[in-house]
Amino acid sequence: MKENIKFIQGNEACVEGALYAGLEFFAGYPITPSTEIAELMSYRLPQKGCRFIQMEDEIASMSAIIGASLTGHKVMTATSGPGFSLMQEALGYAVMAEIPCVIVNVQRGGPSTGIPTHVSQGDVNQARWGTHGDHAIVTLTASNHQDVFAMTVEGFNIAETYRTPVILLFDEVIGHMRERLVVPEEGEIPLVERLRTSVSEGVDYHPYLPREDGRLPMSDFGGVHRYNVTGLFHDMWGFPSDNPQVVHDLLRHLVDKINNNVNQITNFKSYYLDDAESVLISYGSSARSALHVVELLRPRGERIGLLELQTLWPFPDQLVRRTCEHAKHVIVVEMNMGQILQEVRRVVDQPRKVFLANRIDGVFITPRDIRNIMRLVQGKGV
Amino acid sequence: MAIKDYIRERFFPHIWCPGCGHGTVMNSLLRALESLGMSRNEIVMVSGIGCSSRISGYVDFHTLHTIHGRALAFATGVKLSRPELNLIVPMGDGDALAIGGNHFIHAARRNIDITAIVMNNRIYGMTGGQFSPLSGYGTMATTAPYSNIDHAFDTVELAIAAGATFVARSTSYHVKQLSKILRDAILHEGFSVVEVLSQCPTYFGRKNRAGSAVDMMEQYKNDTTPIGSKAKKENPDLIERGIFVQKEMPEYCREYDKIIEKAMKGN
Repeated sequence: MKENIKFIQGNEACVEGALYAGLEFFAGYPITPSTEIAELMSYRLPQKGCRFIQMEDEIASMSAIIGASLTGHKVMTATSGPGFSLMQEALGYAVMAEIPCVIVNVQRGGPSTGIPTHVSQGDVNQARWGTHGDHAIVTLTASNHQDVFAMTVEGFNIAETYRTPVILLFDEVIGHMRERLVVPEEGEIPLVERLRTSVSEGVDYHPYLPREDGRLPMSDFGGVHRYNVTGLFHDMWGFPSDNPQVVHDLLRHLVDKINNNVNQITNFKSYYLDDAESVLISYGSSARSALHVVELLRPRGERIGLLELQTLWPFPDQLVRRTCEHAKHVIVVEMNMGQILQEVRRVVDQPRKVFLANRIDGVFITPRDIRNIMRLVQGKGV
Repeated sequence: MAIKDYIRERFFPHIWCPGCGHGTVMNSLLRALESLGMSRNEIVMVSGIGCSSRISGYVDFHTLHTIHGRALAFATGVKLSRPELNLIVPMGDGDALAIGGNHFIHAARRNIDITAIVMNNRIYGMTGGQFSPLSGYGTMATTAPYSNIDHAFDTVELAIAAGATFVARSTSYHVKQLSKILRDAILHEGFSVVEVLSQCPTYFGRKNRAGSAVDMMEQYKNDTTPIGSKAKKENPDLIERGIFVQKEMPEYCREYDKIIEKAMKGN
């Protein structure tokens, strides 16, 4: 077998993707079902001269990767629900201070300690609004290991491009399932590297003044430019300010830099959507069952298709609206109480034609679960 | 380099209250750095939230003003990812030992080369005078209107128990000693803790009838004594000043270099 073909867990695929993207620093804390990521990082990172640290908790892990990002490194942490809750504080800091970093949340059932070894997609809205205050956020997900790899690389690219934290929202099934991964050749997937300032020593450098293209070149801590980084509202030098204009402009900038680039940030896959009367919308591991249903019913002549979302936030409003335009009904397949369902209903012209096929008992949603709902929706009875 | 080259003069006068000890701590720190001839580009100052944390805005280093209690965790990321930098982390007593207590003991345990300064004014000043883990039993605060029943940590004992390899205490009155101690702490390779008693006449002083800033500093003079002095034997209530621990132990980043060496050999 070729060396670049692996039979591994999704958590391992995430590690492979991160290393491919150029990860240089990882801080984490053990938690099911994400622990394999930290374990593998502790083994692999020092092999390439890079650093891993196990911190005292997830608050510290998130804080440490922000510190390491500021010295010019690509950084990541990984956790699950309870740890993700603890990370919300420093996640908001990364949003405010515009620190490129990647946070993996391999979801398990919640709230609280919940059901650690079972699957759930209950953190979708936490990823969006977990940290306090108005803000934009980027959240990616994937339904198979090849895409876990690709979305991990994409996560690093987005983090560097927009100077933002990116959340990779996987789930327990993806994290622990084993399947094939073909590691792409070097250069096969383009990588975005840290954009560093060209301003020379002694010349006034503005860490928070966007260029014309909206990007903000950085200067590594320890370099020739000394500036301030803070979680307070700040001016273009990074110094605290409560000037209403500065506050307004910064918040607008933080939100606009993401929301004005929805098309560039949106990743998705479509299956048989051209003539679909029944549109399934799903993401993460539940999209596997949804795709199974589509591929089962298509040969039987049912006009059914699947929109698999890979970018959950910012929510691709236009894509979903257009996809659902001609559908007789839309079924959102997810393992929560309808978190993406609410978004789909928000953006489509006829919210009443949107239905939910879900499972919230820690058991993976099956094609049969989806078909049972479809029969109800189609008026075919149970 | 002159002291004033280490500061961002445009932000002065500072926001600390008249009589606050924190400006004196900053002054002593800058004198220590000056005596070491350190370049501004090799220093990273990481602070948390509170009165103490504002120090990072006034000094012309790489400055990272973080979240309440988390300064040491951020600093750990900076240091481990770029070990050649010098990390200085000023914190308040609540910042370092209440909300940041966990990060404090674990940074000490790792013996990572960071200089932690606990600017102990025994109160939460920025929020207006609530008791901190260093206020002590019987003190008054806005959240202890009938007197405080929480006992205080001894910062020095806590740091020693947690594994810090340099532990010292001084006060805003003993500025020469403080400057020398800070100098030694920065030179020390490993986790250094310097507790500085720094008066807050505005809140702690007023609530506890401790008098003016001058009175409070006089109290530091009268209530403290060099480590192991005769006075301490005669009066055990005196607070000892000086360097309690200064020992050589493997530093965290250097230890990690060995891990890298091992891992790369196995490749």
